[in-house]
Amino acid sequence: MIRYVLKKFMFMLMSLFFLITATFVLMNAVPGSPLQSEKATSEQIQKNLEAYYGLDKPLIVQYGVYLKNLVQGDLGISMKKKFQAVDKIIGDSFKYSLKLGLVSIVTSVVVGCILGIISAMYHRKFLDNFSMILAVIGLSIPSLVIAPVLQYLLAVKIEAFEVAGLNRPMDYVLPTIALSAASIAFIARLIRSTMIEVLNSDFIKTAKSKGLAGHLIVWRHALRNSMLPVVTFLGFLMANVITGSVVIEKIFAIPGLGKFFVESVSNRDYPLIMGITIFYAVILMISRLLADIAYVLVDPRIRISGGKAGK
Amino acid sequence: MQSESKSGAIRPDMFTPVNRDSKQSEKIERPRLTAWQDIRLRLLSNKLAMTGLWIMVVVVLFAIFAPIFSSYDHFTNDLSNTNQAPSKEHWFGTDDLGRDLFARTWKGAQVSLFVGIVAGLIDLFFGIIYGGIMGYYGGKVDEFMNRFAEILYAIPYLLVVILLLVVMEPSLTTIIVAMSITGWINMAWIVRGQMMQLKNQEYALASKALGAGSMRIIFRHLIPNAMGPILVTLTLTVPSAIFTEAFLSFLGLGVQSPVASWGTMINDGVKSMTIYPWRLLFPAFFLSLTMFAFNVFGDGLRDAFDPKLKT
Amino acid sequence: MNFKKIFSTAMAVTLAGSLLAACSNNNNKGGSEASSSPSASQASQTPAETKTPAEIRFTLASEPPSLDPALMVDAQSSIVASGLFDGLTRLNSAGEPEPAIAKDWKASDDGLTYTFNLRDDAKWSNGDPVTAHDFEYSWKRALAQETASDYAYMLFYLVNGEKYNSGEATADQVGVKATGDYTLEVKLNTATPYFNSLVAHYTYWPVNKSAVDGKPEWAADASTMVTNGPFLLKEWKHGDKLVLEKNPNFYDAAKVGFDMATITLVEDASTVFSLFNTDKIDWIGAQAGEVPSDQVPGMVKEGKAEIKTIASTYYYLFNTKQKPFSNVKIRKAFSMAIERQSIIDNVTKANQTPAFALVPPSIAGSEGKSFREMYPDQSFSSENVEEAKKLLAEGLKEEGLDKFPETTLLYNTSEGHKAIAEAAIDMWRKNLGIELKLSNQEWGTFLETRKAGQFGIARAGWGADFNHAINFTYDLIHSKSGNNDGKYNNPEVDKLLDGSFSATDDASRLDMISKAEKIALSDDMAVMPIYYYTTVTMQKPGFKDVVSDYAGHLDWAFGSKE
Repeated sequence: MIRYVLKKFMFMLMSLFFLITATFVLMNAVPGSPLQSEKATSEQIQKNLEAYYGLDKPLIVQYGVYLKNLVQGDLGISMKKKFQAVDKIIGDSFKYSLKLGLVSIVTSVVVGCILGIISAMYHRKFLDNFSMILAVIGLSIPSLVIAPVLQYLLAVKIEAFEVAGLNRPMDYVLPTIALSAASIAFIARLIRSTMIEVLNSDFIKTAKSKGLAGHLIVWRHALRNSMLPVVTFLGFLMANVITGSVVIEKIFAIPGLGKFFVESVSNRDYPLIMGITIFYAVILMISRLLADIAYVLVDPRIRISGGKAGK
Repeated sequence: MQSESKSGAIRPDMFTPVNRDSKQSEKIERPRLTAWQDIRLRLLSNKLAMTGLWIMVVVVLFAIFAPIFSSYDHFTNDLSNTNQAPSKEHWFGTDDLGRDLFARTWKGAQVSLFVGIVAGLIDLFFGIIYGGIMGYYGGKVDEFMNRFAEILYAIPYLLVVILLLVVMEPSLTTIIVAMSITGWINMAWIVRGQMMQLKNQEYALASKALGAGSMRIIFRHLIPNAMGPILVTLTLTVPSAIFTEAFLSFLGLGVQSPVASWGTMINDGVKSMTIYPWRLLFPAFFLSLTMFAFNVFGDGLRDAFDPKLKT
Repeated sequence: MNFKKIFSTAMAVTLAGSLLAACSNNNNKGGSEASSSPSASQASQTPAETKTPAEIRFTLASEPPSLDPALMVDAQSSIVASGLFDGLTRLNSAGEPEPAIAKDWKASDDGLTYTFNLRDDAKWSNGDPVTAHDFEYSWKRALAQETASDYAYMLFYLVNGEKYNSGEATADQVGVKATGDYTLEVKLNTATPYFNSLVAHYTYWPVNKSAVDGKPEWAADASTMVTNGPFLLKEWKHGDKLVLEKNPNFYDAAKVGFDMATITLVEDASTVFSLFNTDKIDWIGAQAGEVPSDQVPGMVKEGKAEIKTIASTYYYLFNTKQKPFSNVKIRKAFSMAIERQSIIDNVTKANQTPAFALVPPSIAGSEGKSFREMYPDQSFSSENVEEAKKLLAEGLKEEGLDKFPETTLLYNTSEGHKAIAEAAIDMWRKNLGIELKLSNQEWGTFLETRKAGQFGIARAGWGADFNHAINFTYDLIHSKSGNNDGKYNNPEVDKLLDGSFSATDDASRLDMISKAEKIALSDDMAVMPIYYYTTVTMQKPGFKDVVSDYAGHLDWAFGSKE
């Protein structure tokens, strides 16, 4: 297992290198520059700016300098948010995204599992239809609509919640609902679909015939075997939710990572684009790795393919 | 009858011998159905799924024909009739430039559905091939392909979209290409997860032992068995493509006005939701209704496809 | 059971997460002084405002990119920093300069030398006195190459300012010198009668040498900021909010009415509007939040919102280097086929003034009259569909075109620009029978495309840097200006504008400017003006002297609350 994780880790570093290169090239290929402004300044001023941020050097040199700094753990300073360190911007905004992200992931998994299990256990009965329709409705309304409607009804009309911000625990409620509606539905459907299969499989029938109680079957055997696709899904969900949702962050004025990323791209703030991309990729890769490990833990039938590489 | 009985005697040529085959008599048989007939039958008997199908058909028909038969078009302004509430003249009201929302909603349906379906199919195609190969072979192939997918997935999507919109003319094709560049990866990962689970199952091993080629095993045995999760994912991919277009509109990278999509209309409508609710209501309702239809139909399809649920 | 382990881990993570949330909450509250806890009063739902000190709360759409006077470039920064810094002069809300750090000033007879006498009781927040040396240091710093200031050109009025910026002169040669601790002598390249307004601009604000030297990041954090204005930066939570508190050592502390200001960063206009309606902020408008355009007519009608003209112009650029808009008749036809009042009434809805020229009504002229009062623009051109059709036909003939070539209207992504563009192409479709293609681009791409001249018509807007007509003429229609993206070029206009710099008196200067403007906009239709901007503002009752200034930026620093 340790060897497997180490090996994965090496691959991650390699991927990261390719990603950095690709993003660096892409970012410089996109028109616009961090130093442009609507009102034209003099050519000399533009030159001074370029010299200051090292953008007057050939691209390959800039790339080299960036890599060198990166290896030393220096993500640089933002070119648009003057003299704010990139790692600090990411750290500050990630706190918000992480808190909101974890709350909504747990909400999604818990509520999604409950709905899914109910559906599977009462397959083709009223409760199944009811919870599935509920789930599908959650999946059908875009967060672009849910968020402002919730905000208007619950925060402006009856003032039960704050319109914006993330200061008190109650403030998490609206963004969490908007953020997890779709993933609740998705998890519920995944659980239901695999669980129905599992409940019809031989080993469950065996368990039943051995006289194991219904709920124990669900908990001990069925759920565990139904978790696999959910674990896969959690891999993406983690990366997507934790790194922030631009729409939700904008509507509820939450200074999360998603907001800063969109901002960095439209500002062409090169160091910030690179920094957030790298950070995002690391999160993504780690959650993929965790998902892979969780696979093994959840389903003993899967052997780690990496372990066989030495054969 | 009467004439026969009058003719009297029973003759031997009135009988044919029963073919007494001991193998045949052991057979328990129901009417033979091909797999597709079987699926269709099961689908037809699923009321919710059929409702979804009908909604889809109606929405598609309206999207095709309503703009043709409407006496208004989606782009002509009428500045003396802005923000009119629904009436006999304008069934869905008018927007801030006095354009008929009925015409715009169905023009928007055309655009959104086209984007969603085409992008969904592209994702399905690449996802299944890539994910199937990745999951089945495992080991180094998986490692390499997975790395590639991960890098692609982690490249800042916004940069890719902005670059594409600059390199290619801003158009529907560009938006679909932009969405497909990374869209298929989710599908590929779902398929991969299924492959990893299924490839060690008895029927796959048996097929292998009997000398079947890898491609045959993947596409004949494993993919059909993984169809459940794939279809569930597909029913999410089409809506998510439609949502992605809405998100791109949110960032101003969607379809160019005055062409509308549901996404652009919702974005416009949300801003005036409190005073001109119909501007949000109609596009949001039909978008959600369509999403609902896709989802319940997808569920039904999954049930129908799944041989394990045959009862 | 492995699953149980995973599940319990997940639960633990959640708990940790919620604890984290709770902790940082406590930290916020613990971090700020208990007596005047800003986050507590912000967060508490019960409106306990009566007990808390006089506070003004407003939003900004994005975080100030910098609060370093030399590096500031935008309205957001200047709104915040106008509370933190004090320059030689300060513009009142009408845009006229009033004494601030400078008690008085005088210009030499040739208008080339200014002498400012500074007050001796102004202090930096670190206790140092504010002296003329600070100004000398700050101006030279803003000009220095290694500072890399975008707005260094604001200081090119100084003798050798531009040369020092390009490395051709030394700092000593720059025309600013502290001749005593409280006397500043400034030498200018040309007579600049509005120089006393210019020094109110943020690029001319002072910084404290000991706080700034060798510490470029000094202005990115509340703890390292050293300022000299009516307020102190108490807290800056990046991306979230800024909290300012009254500076007890400000020389004119009696004039400062607010005890604190809380500025939250909220991008979405509907959210800002909701915050106002739930009494979480006191002000919307003038670059500090925006009233959603659909809400404007209703709010104005109910008397809840006010409309004020500001010194900005909304216009469309013609690409004068390319067919078909290289032809003046076609340009005129397009301008004549637009119904500006209809766009204002139905699309922008904020009672803007239809524009036929570039200099907005709130820009000053001379002798107490505004520039537009002296030189009205109504006669520059007219809206006339029949005439437009005729001109279009003639123009096409002159260019040898039998049908209108495919042309793009370029604008940057925003709801407002989109609606105007859609209305405009619809008017051209109906009135001229011409179908234009719309192309919206995201900001960075848009600027580059426009600069490269890859458009037929492009959206543009210009806001005042200082209160003078030259800012709307030289910058926009002079062939050498970097902002003339339509590449309009008329030597006669250039000559008049160049001449205005060496004019000896204000009347003849304005006269030359107005002549240039008339040629460019009336005879040549260099660009197509659409309207002069307004700003829609809303404020809670009880606030005094919180206004939109002439340029449309929130002016709050010397306001008060009853």
